[in-house]
Amino acid sequence: MAEPVQPFSPEDMARRRKRSIVLAIVLAALMVIFFVSTLVRLGGSVGERAL
Amino acid sequence: MTTGTAHTARSLTASGGQGTAGDYIALLKPRVMSLVVFTAVVGLFAAPGHIHPWLGFVTILCIALGGGASGALNMWYDADIDAVMKRTAKRPIPSGAVEPGEALGYGLALSAASVLMLGLLVSVPAALLLAFTIFFYVVVYTMGLKRRTAQNIVIGGAAGAFPPMIAWCAVTGTIDAGAIALFLLIFMWTPPHFWALALFREGDYEKAGVPMLPNVAGRAETKKQILIYSLLLLPTAALPLATGTAGYLYAAGAVILTAKFLRDAVTVYRAATREAEDKACKTLFGFSILWLFALFALILVEKLTGLPAFGGLL
Repeated sequence: MAEPVQPFSPEDMARRRKRSIVLAIVLAALMVIFFVSTLVRLGGSVGERAL
Repeated sequence: MTTGTAHTARSLTASGGQGTAGDYIALLKPRVMSLVVFTAVVGLFAAPGHIHPWLGFVTILCIALGGGASGALNMWYDADIDAVMKRTAKRPIPSGAVEPGEALGYGLALSAASVLMLGLLVSVPAALLLAFTIFFYVVVYTMGLKRRTAQNIVIGGAAGAFPPMIAWCAVTGTIDAGAIALFLLIFMWTPPHFWALALFREGDYEKAGVPMLPNVAGRAETKKQILIYSLLLLPTAALPLATGTAGYLYAAGAVILTAKFLRDAVTVYRAATREAEDKACKTLFGFSILWLFALFALILVEKLTGLPAFGGLL
């Protein structure tokens, strides 16, 4: 019976996990930046435009 | 089977992906980025006109990201010389924490993201200027000038001088005399600042084969050039007054600070022994950082407190 392959050490996996969390935070921040910027750019008159 | 497992682990490790989040932050040169952010904030406040505070924040964020991306691309290209210089040997690529290809991808992705974000959310002219800044720093300075000419930082210094101009452009949509005055403050400051560093770190640059002025033209010529550029800072420091960007508070501060800068440059020029030179260069290098920070801070204080600027001649 072959041993299961362990490509990364527990330390490597911990580093990868931390990086993934940071990346998730960055992506969430980008989402907020685009959302708020869109509101700011559109301004209050967006609801009054002709449809 | 144990051997096979070890081999798999080694080859996967060699393919990269082992850097920590801190290594990726280090790739952005956070200390350089802090100066970029500060001067850009001053550019944002000094520019005539108004920008929504949120869009101002996005502008600064994009400039910081673009500056960081340039740093990552610079570290990717210069990994070989970073490895032999004491000051840079512990950077993420020479230390083995981040693979060169990872740094390249990271730098390119951040460059594209910062330019696109600035263009889509704030201002297309400012985004074009940011793209040009990244190109200038990475291609013109890092790839073109740094290893070829001792004038590398004179021309390459322009890259570090663009941030306040980009922020100004984000507010006004254009580049006028006031933005050029802020650009010139950093541009003319860069040579004496870096040559002072190069004089007391001469061995490092020589070992790496980077043609800095001291190891190409000699120490005496470098000291003369430091003095010439320091003299040129006098009219340069007056430009924000001439363009109507700054007022009396800035004028008073600029006179005192530039006089001290000049005195330090004269001390470097007159230093007769190597020990005295190194000491004088360290003093000038340290003070040069304070000089730039203080001049921009004075403009910021004037804008925040509503102190009037001079009428402006340009």
